[in-house]
Amino acid sequence: MTPSLEMRHITKRFPGVTANDDVSLTLYPGEIHALLGENGAGKSTLMNILNGIYSPDEGEIIYNGELIKINNPAKAVSYGIGMVHQHFKLIETMTVAENIYLAVGKRCDYVLNRRKMERQILEYSRSYNLEVRPDAKIYELSVGEQQRVEIVKQLFRNANLLVLDEPTAVLTPQETDKLFENLRAMAKEGKTILFITHKLFEVMEYSDRITVLRQGKSVNTLLTKDTTQDELVKMMVGRKVEKMPGNRPVFADKKPVLVLKNIQALNDKGLPALKNFDMTLYSGEILGLAGVAGNGQKELTDVIAGLRKTVGGEMLLEGEDVTNVSASRIRRSGIAYVPEDRMGTGLVGTMNMPDNVILRRFDSDAYCSKGILKDKEIRRATEEMVEHFDIKNAGTGKPVALMSGGNLQKLLLAREVSGQPKVIIAAYPVHGVDIGATEEIHKVLLNERNRGAAILLVSEDLEELQEMSDRVGVISEGRMVDVIGWKDFTYEGIGFLMTGGKNERQTGGETA
Amino acid sequence: MSIKIRLVKREQVKLYHKILSPVISIVIAFVFIAIILRAMGYNPATAYQFLFKGAFGNAYNFSETLVQATPLLFAGLGVAVALSMATMNIGAEGQFCFGAWAATGVGLYCQWIPQPLIIPTMIVVGFLAGGAWGVIAVLPKAIWGVDETITTLMLNYVALLWIDYFVFGPWRDTSSANLPRSQVLPNTARLTTIFGTRVDVSIFLALILAVALYIFFKKTSAGYQIRVIGQNTKAAKYAGMDIRKKMLLVMLLSGGLAGVAGVVYVSGAGSRLVTGVSAGKGYTALIIARLSKNNPLIIVLVSVLFGALIQGSYNLQLAHIPQQMCDMLQGAILFCALAGELFINNTLTIRVQNKESLVKEAR
Repeated sequence: MTPSLEMRHITKRFPGVTANDDVSLTLYPGEIHALLGENGAGKSTLMNILNGIYSPDEGEIIYNGELIKINNPAKAVSYGIGMVHQHFKLIETMTVAENIYLAVGKRCDYVLNRRKMERQILEYSRSYNLEVRPDAKIYELSVGEQQRVEIVKQLFRNANLLVLDEPTAVLTPQETDKLFENLRAMAKEGKTILFITHKLFEVMEYSDRITVLRQGKSVNTLLTKDTTQDELVKMMVGRKVEKMPGNRPVFADKKPVLVLKNIQALNDKGLPALKNFDMTLYSGEILGLAGVAGNGQKELTDVIAGLRKTVGGEMLLEGEDVTNVSASRIRRSGIAYVPEDRMGTGLVGTMNMPDNVILRRFDSDAYCSKGILKDKEIRRATEEMVEHFDIKNAGTGKPVALMSGGNLQKLLLAREVSGQPKVIIAAYPVHGVDIGATEEIHKVLLNERNRGAAILLVSEDLEELQEMSDRVGVISEGRMVDVIGWKDFTYEGIGFLMTGGKNERQTGGETA
Repeated sequence: MSIKIRLVKREQVKLYHKILSPVISIVIAFVFIAIILRAMGYNPATAYQFLFKGAFGNAYNFSETLVQATPLLFAGLGVAVALSMATMNIGAEGQFCFGAWAATGVGLYCQWIPQPLIIPTMIVVGFLAGGAWGVIAVLPKAIWGVDETITTLMLNYVALLWIDYFVFGPWRDTSSANLPRSQVLPNTARLTTIFGTRVDVSIFLALILAVALYIFFKKTSAGYQIRVIGQNTKAAKYAGMDIRKKMLLVMLLSGGLAGVAGVVYVSGAGSRLVTGVSAGKGYTALIIARLSKNNPLIIVLVSVLFGALIQGSYNLQLAHIPQQMCDMLQGAILFCALAGELFINNTLTIRVQNKESLVKEAR
């Protein structure tokens, strides 16, 4: 059988990073193919190349046996390559029919034949068992329904190759089942389905073949039935499975600092994100939190920082109930927070360094007296941080947006650890940071641990978790599935738990 | 052949980019209006000459420019306070009206107040009236998240009709010509003028306020919080700032300053409450604040520029050129300056391609 699509030796470089390095991908008609990789492995870049948003620096694309060049998204559409983005490209105030028509409409159709349009859409959607109501407005639809509209839209455009970017990220398990049922039906008709994911469970459950990307390279392509989750984890992470090396000094005065009991919270869409989440954080330890993105990590860190209200459960800081108290009280009572979104939340890019240094302590006596900011003290504190944490900058008076990711993160961390916090919540602190800065950031966190701070380190990087953590907890679907002591840490074990599996060995657990 | 024009981000933004961009923008605006004047059969050179003479030609004309600039300065500072927090206060017009109305009420009907306290009372009451009008406009935002652009704008019309009710009704000056206006405020309610011109002491208050606001934003914790909220609400929440409280405070201050603009107008050169008392000053203030990027010190300069445009326009009639030309100039300046901002951070690259290279690229 001839492949429907071959991407051969694709290389795409961005300033300072090679996003795709000699990546090859072959797809056959009638298959459901999974593109698997961690965040930053190069999946999105590869898809953007296929969709004509980027053009590759090297390599070629062969589509149905023909060498093609995809310069822009319209070209991709004309070749029958349909992309369903993670964030849907629909106009919320228009109807389903209007949205679909917008995507396929010919320029000379000045008069819309609404009834004909709606009838066509109904016929199409019925034949694929994708129920959509053509006259419904998009905002009235659930996320699952919106996704179906996107798929019908691609079918209307005669897509033969359907690419879905993290299609299940927003779906319930039932909706996921239904989605793949539909995709399977399309594959049976000879269409090619490619879906991007980092969820191992889905890959095993729904795909025929898998291509694994790691750090911009294609590691392997294999048949789903010939592999196991463990093997895939190894390929994704790129490590042999090892026990954690060495011993580390146990903090002498270990006591529980932050206790979360049965915490329940909703995500921005109002759906349950944390479901009876339990956690105990001890002084002088780093608790690593592993988990696939979108399983409640964001909501958890927000809840602890006082930025999201809980709908159930309680949070105790040194025995005192701090459930749902304001963010500023949480901050004043000694919980530091390094948020995931460092530029959007943690820092104000358009402001200079001193302004960012006081962001979370603008009302503290150190920087402010009777409502007047103490310029001299603020400047001194900024200079101390710059020196102590070796933060490279183009001048402290310039907007911090000009600084590199690593230096921004050092500034953010420097600010958060100043004032000796009792608890430090660090969400993906080295994500997108170069190796040098990563080491320095890790050193800061370890120093804080040795000082006696209780640290929660959220990360998707198992290697980082292994190096840094005293214990590793795994979050899945808003629950703490298990907590494992560093002695019992294995990639296989963690990987298994990350997919929601229950740990049969009851080692580790809540014993520190 | 095809021409590709692209905007490319500047690697380094130099100071002269920041200065040249608005200057060139203003020049382009003048050129643009010159073309229109030409097309209408007027001589643009004459027009600009009369405009300039009318505004700066002699000491008297310049003093009149300052008379025009003073209320604009108050209102411009007011709008800038709101814009600093990314709150779109389009309602300075209505807040101006309420300030003017409250001051007129005090000036005409509260003569029992000890004389030295009349003017201060007018200012305080005018501030509160304008501020309240501003706060009312953002209450729906604070509670339900309603866009303040619409609410502030709509309340302008309400305020203008409110004024009309009083100047056509209970406050109407029946002694003179039966025009829709109040009586002239008594001398006790009028600001002291200086140097024998119509410029009054409120200009000093405005300058002090401009400096005070500059310091407020640079040096105080509250000003800092307003700046953070204006630039990144997520970071502000993360920092534990109370955004709602600040929003109400900012609108009280913003509306209050626009209200004081109304006070100094009726107790200064305006001398009485008339129908449509704000006469577009609230909107001009919005342009001033926007052009000055909310910097209070620059607002002083830009207010004088816009005061000059208004004052100069009166002189245009001598050259038989419609004075509305100045409204066009105001609009053109704003338009060009907004467009010009793009070129502070970006530069244009133009690439001309011939057919062969296009074909090559397609392959």
